[in-house]
Amino acid sequence: MKLHEYQAKSVFADAGIPTPDSQLAESADEVLSAAESIGYPVAVKAQVQVGGRGKAGGIELVEDDEEAREAADSILGMDLKGYTVERVLVEEAVDFVDELYVGVTMDRGEGKPVAMVSRKGGVNIEEVAEEDPDAIAREHVDPSFGLQPYQARRVVYDAGIDREVAGDVSSVLTTLFSLWDDRDASDTEINPLMVTSDDEVIAADAVMNIDEDALFRQSELAEMEEESYTDDLERKAGEYGFDYVRLEGDVGIIGNGAGLVMTTLDLVDYYGGEPANFLDVGGGAKADRIANALDMVFSDENVESVVFNIFGGITRGDEVAKGINNALEQFDEIPKPVVVRLAGTNAEEGMEILNADLVQVEQTLEEAVQRAVENAQEVQA
Amino acid sequence: MSILVDDDTRVVVQGITGGEGKFHAEQMMEYGTNVVAGAVPGRGGQEVAGVPVYDTVNQAVREENADASVIFVPPAFAADAIFESLDSELDLAVAITEGIPTQDMSKVYKRLSEVDTHLVGPNCPGLITPGEAKLGILPGNIFSSGNVGLVSRSGTLTYQVVDNLTNRGLGQTTAVGIGGDPIIGTSFVDALSLFEEDPETEAVVMCGEIGGEDEEQAAAFIDENMETPVAGFIAGRTAPPGKRMGHAGAIVSGSGTGTAESKIDALNDAGVPVGDTPEEVADNVEELL
Repeated sequence: MKLHEYQAKSVFADAGIPTPDSQLAESADEVLSAAESIGYPVAVKAQVQVGGRGKAGGIELVEDDEEAREAADSILGMDLKGYTVERVLVEEAVDFVDELYVGVTMDRGEGKPVAMVSRKGGVNIEEVAEEDPDAIAREHVDPSFGLQPYQARRVVYDAGIDREVAGDVSSVLTTLFSLWDDRDASDTEINPLMVTSDDEVIAADAVMNIDEDALFRQSELAEMEEESYTDDLERKAGEYGFDYVRLEGDVGIIGNGAGLVMTTLDLVDYYGGEPANFLDVGGGAKADRIANALDMVFSDENVESVVFNIFGGITRGDEVAKGINNALEQFDEIPKPVVVRLAGTNAEEGMEILNADLVQVEQTLEEAVQRAVENAQEVQA
Repeated sequence: MSILVDDDTRVVVQGITGGEGKFHAEQMMEYGTNVVAGAVPGRGGQEVAGVPVYDTVNQAVREENADASVIFVPPAFAADAIFESLDSELDLAVAITEGIPTQDMSKVYKRLSEVDTHLVGPNCPGLITPGEAKLGILPGNIFSSGNVGLVSRSGTLTYQVVDNLTNRGLGQTTAVGIGGDPIIGTSFVDALSLFEEDPETEAVVMCGEIGGEDEEQAAAFIDENMETPVAGFIAGRTAPPGKRMGHAGAIVSGSGTGTAESKIDALNDAGVPVGDTPEEVADNVEELL
């Protein structure tokens, strides 16, 4: 779960990390009154959960009312990488002399958290990591002991941070690690951490992503969750609780288990088709869930053909067959041809239940995928 | 022979009083697994699925000589249950639970380096030595006994590939589903080194997927340390960068590592043929044997 910048900033500020004065605004008038109370110049920043907002025109620095209104008009309502901007953060523009980077994340290869500091803040840190990895100092942390003060100092000095601000940067990093640890974050990040001419440090941006699996013990953060989808299909998938990714092709794919569904996508591609989606119904899906999955894939106007690939372990073939029958019997005419392949637990029972007038049945994964690809190609021809 | 489990393995099921725990304890016993006890705090003295339940894993070790655990404990308590298995000095702990917080697993991972227990999982289907024992939720009927080892990050993909093998008469020594979470116990390298030491395993199938660098590390290990031939499969060739496909690990960062291509290249360079389809994996195994 991603927090918005304004949410992450309030969490950071509550923990004692210095942040600029700011207010949330939903209209041009609110932007103007916020700017007035903060005092110009201010930054007007789109609150959508995507990276690279500045480059995409979602952040503007304004000097007066006229510029503020123009910025509000251009940013509010704009489409930023598929998301509509509904709110902006109006923020005191910090007069800085330097921009740093500080962050904490999980190094999955090591199985340990890692604290990072760099002098090269204010730019795309992924690019820095790629082109000049030595510019980012790193310190792995023992998860059972947490970030020790000497480690915070070590990573800060290793990064070449000026002695005048090193103490403050260490303290920000220590707080950032505590937040990461206490709040079950997957990432906490400040980029840039601005340094003023008075040697103060201020968090000019704030990133905080929370481990979805830990939300059960982070109720305060769970309440901040705001659903955001790029289209109606993703919204529907969220409501049904599916792992779903929309793709560009025309062969709709439904299966159980991430690895097997990915394999089905790969085979569609291998046999000359184009996958329309990734849809994992998960383990132990009952009939209604299967019907919901079909509803999702049929709702995608790009889909010309559907393939169902179920290999039952926990999931039972008879339940899957019932779900497919229930979903398809509602139609006078099946909207897209459906190929079904059932294997594993109760597959034989499933095959007997399956209404053979409504679907095409194949015995193997390879045959099922080839048939579905042919179905889609026939529509195109 | 086999790795990690056989018909001597004495299993304690942590969480046996829950729906999943009870159902799969019964399924495991039906398959022939030697399930000797359950462990559920506060439920000691009861009997479930015909085996005695103890309050702690320690008691199950003391009273029933349990040497392996299978964990069906809800995510909030699962890391604690794993710690309990490690602290009870079991040879093997298999964590089926899905959705354990990553920070909890980070602490478990640290502890693993200090003990001798093998942890398989979490978020995995478990493992099976066909004809002897299964620890987990795998459908036993698709497996057959033979000389091919299998290690996979994905449950249902394991079933698919095993089906392709079994249909050709290619039976398995042991099949291990290691799970697709970002932090897991037994890695590809761990399982491959166990298969390498097993005299009856004459070829190994390794099923990987996009995300992380575990497959690249496995390729380096195979290149340097393995005599036993390995056939590979990588899921997620068509996955778009930046999107997460189900498994926490199955995300392509877009920076060149962790992609299907980089994994396939690394495996090919280590002399591992990577099939385009599960059927082709079975073809490759036949050729390697």
